[in-house]
Amino acid sequence: MTNHWIDIKNADAVLIIGSNAAEHHPVAFKWIMKAKDNGAVLMHVDPKFSRTSARCDFHVPLRSGTDIPFLGGMLNYILANGLYQKDYVNNYTNAAFVVGDGYAFEDGLFSGYDAATRKYDKSKWALAKGPDGGPVVDPTHKNPRCVINLMKDHYSRYTLKNVSDVTGVSQDNLLKVYKNFCATGRPDKAGTILYALGWTQHTVGVQNIRLSSLVQLLLGNIGIAGGGINALRGEPNVQGSTDHALLYNNIPGYHGTPQAPWQTLAEYNKANTPVTAVSNSANWWGNRPKYVTSLLKGWYGDAATPENDFCYSLLPKLEPGEDYSYMFAMDRIYNNKIKGGFIMGVNPMNSFPNTNKMRVALDNLDWLVCSEIHNSETTDNWQRPGVDPKTKKTEVFLLPSAHRIEKAGTISNSGRWLQWFDKAVEPAGEARNFADVVVPLFNTIRRMYKEEGGVLPEAVLQMNWTDKYDPEDWARRINGFFWADSKVGDKAYKRGQLVPTFGVLKDDGTTSSLNWIYTGSWTEEDGNKSRRRDPSQTPMQAKIGLYPNWSWCWPLNRRILYNRASVDMNGKPFNPDRAVIEWDGSKWVGDVPDGPWPPMSDPKGKLPFIMVKDGLAQFYGPGPADGPFPEHYEPAETPLASHPFSKQLSSPVYKYHKTDMDKIAPPADPRYPIVLTTYSLTEHWCGGGETRNVPNLLETEPQLYVEMSHELAKEKGIKNGDGVVLESARGNCEAIAMVTVRIRPFTVMGKTVHLVGMPFAFGWTTPKTGDSTNRLTVGAYDPNTTIPESKACCVNLRKAEKLTEIG
Amino acid sequence: MPKTFLVDTTRCTACRGCQLACKEWHDLPANHTKQLGTHQNPPDLNPNNLKIVRFHEYINDQGDVVWNFFPDQCRHCLTPPCVDVADMAVPGAIIHDKKTGAVLATEKSSKLSEDDAQAIQEACPYNIPRRDPESGRLTKCDMCIDRVSAGMQPICVKTCPTGAMVFGEREEMLPLAQKRLETAKKRWPKAFLADMEDVSVIYLLADTKDKYYEFAAFM
Repeated sequence: MTNHWIDIKNADAVLIIGSNAAEHHPVAFKWIMKAKDNGAVLMHVDPKFSRTSARCDFHVPLRSGTDIPFLGGMLNYILANGLYQKDYVNNYTNAAFVVGDGYAFEDGLFSGYDAATRKYDKSKWALAKGPDGGPVVDPTHKNPRCVINLMKDHYSRYTLKNVSDVTGVSQDNLLKVYKNFCATGRPDKAGTILYALGWTQHTVGVQNIRLSSLVQLLLGNIGIAGGGINALRGEPNVQGSTDHALLYNNIPGYHGTPQAPWQTLAEYNKANTPVTAVSNSANWWGNRPKYVTSLLKGWYGDAATPENDFCYSLLPKLEPGEDYSYMFAMDRIYNNKIKGGFIMGVNPMNSFPNTNKMRVALDNLDWLVCSEIHNSETTDNWQRPGVDPKTKKTEVFLLPSAHRIEKAGTISNSGRWLQWFDKAVEPAGEARNFADVVVPLFNTIRRMYKEEGGVLPEAVLQMNWTDKYDPEDWARRINGFFWADSKVGDKAYKRGQLVPTFGVLKDDGTTSSLNWIYTGSWTEEDGNKSRRRDPSQTPMQAKIGLYPNWSWCWPLNRRILYNRASVDMNGKPFNPDRAVIEWDGSKWVGDVPDGPWPPMSDPKGKLPFIMVKDGLAQFYGPGPADGPFPEHYEPAETPLASHPFSKQLSSPVYKYHKTDMDKIAPPADPRYPIVLTTYSLTEHWCGGGETRNVPNLLETEPQLYVEMSHELAKEKGIKNGDGVVLESARGNCEAIAMVTVRIRPFTVMGKTVHLVGMPFAFGWTTPKTGDSTNRLTVGAYDPNTTIPESKACCVNLRKAEKLTEIG
Repeated sequence: MPKTFLVDTTRCTACRGCQLACKEWHDLPANHTKQLGTHQNPPDLNPNNLKIVRFHEYINDQGDVVWNFFPDQCRHCLTPPCVDVADMAVPGAIIHDKKTGAVLATEKSSKLSEDDAQAIQEACPYNIPRRDPESGRLTKCDMCIDRVSAGMQPICVKTCPTGAMVFGEREEMLPLAQKRLETAKKRWPKAFLADMEDVSVIYLLADTKDKYYEFAAFM
């Protein structure tokens, strides 16, 4: 989230799109209700009318996979009608930058496309460079290559008719959302966009989110109270796990993972540290070398010295362009390239798409270690229905895991608040928490290395490690230490004392931090700030529900990111009634500002978007893998043979696999005419591995269902409660029909398109409840994140003669 | 002065936290249920579910989907007809606690015959009590009398995340109910407070009662 949960109450318009907020965030939904109490308009745009829609002012049904046309139409509406916030756009965005000659867009393809590799040469999209290497800027916007003009041109094709034809949303409904939301393009109004996996799980997932940032920047809704782009995180600590580099392509604190061409720290820093020619740009990532060196120091301690490049050479390096994400790991297992491994905290045999392939793939492993609370479809894959366990070779070690309430430590919530949790009860039986599994395991490996030797022993033995896991010890290591006696201002710190703020982290080995964005969370002066539960606030903070002394928030306890964009050039809030920060003539008051500098009108002032190189928010940037402007492409499996935006039907760069088990139905395949979208539900959590084992929860949602319209049910001769068989190009699945008015047929490109929806919470280890919905879903992935397109594929369905998975 | 619940269905998201919390607090086992083509599960009140959320969906005259949620429970009537009917068969089978207003089925209710229990259920304007075939006892919401006597809120109210349920002194709840009604009427002109004069569990309904559940309101 750019903002935080409580802040949603400050919004004048709440657009929930790509999220089912009431069902998946039932407690936090109170802040959305609070916005409504304050007079906000609540809008839900989603294929299905859900419990969220029931509490909104209105619901607009949208065909799954058409968020870009929907938002592109809004962008066109804003630009064509001049509804954008001009001061904000002129002063705080790169609307006036001139784009270089290499950029072009023609019939759905950007310049630089190579069909053989399905990749773009992004250098073609570079901005024009002035003599100083900086951007060429035309504040008059007369240059037709200005970002704002190219953007206008790009989205001029997103007319109400085109958008309505593709999305299945009536023009009236489009205008209803556009008018209500764009009314926030005034300095005294705020609109927030709330999204979740409904946006990420598409082959255009990143571009869905990027387009929302274009809308919010035009309306001046970033950095202000009640604004922002807010990812509603689906797991209590998914924000924390992302911050600490759960994903392969970054290391803690949002630094790229080292790659093979960067053999030295200097090479790494050169490739990863942006340089700006804009004098009043803070270019915060210019500090990256300090954070990376401090991270290496945290990892290797005294062994990390300037002479040995702080042990940088010990880090594994990625091959450029290789994809090491989980879907590619599963493909390598399918192709017998991986022999054994650990699967923890995830249930791929139920939750990953194209599950039939996943299940066959896992049989190829010689050994597998899982750590779970309950047996799952993954731990028990070798004895799944329809296979003879005697023919499966995998040796499975199932370690009993503690539940999250059986351990102490921090959780980072959607709003980036770091909150300490104490252990509620001891783990049952022999169960251990994750760290008490990993730390002894790694110590065993270290002992074996010491005694028996092995490949690259330094990487294992020189680590600044521990004998026994202590969550407080690691929380302090994350904050970071001084490794030499140091001075900050007048204050002296001894070696071993905690670093007070990331501003003092250095690239010379005198400081460490396992994650710079968390530096300041535990200090000598204030102790463990994640434990703070003090509701005190100033009257200014009280007006917007900002509690600076309750827990701690990264970065530096800043509750609303980019808050310098909430004030004018003189530091005065655009909306004094809901001020986030304000310059009182000598200092900032309110929230922690994005940097200490005075307002923009002061010669020492800095531009507000400090995390981008040139300080201005990017309508047009270096660009994700699929283009500098979001463009509509149909899902990998689509009921359409064409769409009105271009001849390029689906994304030219989405990723997929090519084994005999990776099938994607051709466009408008008459065998699979129905769109399937999948989702979670309030009563079960994700794949259901935990909650299916809670009898009272299973009582409320006992079996797999498929929600469908009355019209489709009638067409197929299906009655409410009947058993149904669904099939896709990849597999079959049984479900119980839930025939409902909450899903209605779409009229798309002049013809009727049916859509059905299913949860994915049920699996065969809970008998008679149904089995993985993901046997139907498609292995097609976003080109930037490799997140699978779980939200849209094509299926057919019929009434079941007899059910075997559900009883 | 008796206690009163206000259940504002215009704030309910049907998360069913109340339904689950009720089971957990009363230590009631799970039923074996099946998917019957609805999210409403278990389908009805039963000895193991003293509170369930009922779902009702339809398309209104404007062509919009309406999905109403009704967290159903005993209304703890101010003059409970079930007490009178039960007293005719087994005195003390159901009692009315004057202090809290709670209407409570006691151990003595196990002495009621099946026919008596049926008569009590039929006398209830809201079709609430259910007979446990194993113990023979009548089962229904007990207002969390143990919690309320200890100065705590009923567990369903405590659990509700959106403020759809409020519990307190009747004199405080009545004006709050009126205030909520005024707000609701701006959006839903048909909104009303169901049987407010007669019950301790006042529902704010946005729609006619048949658009929730046939026993949602008596009047």
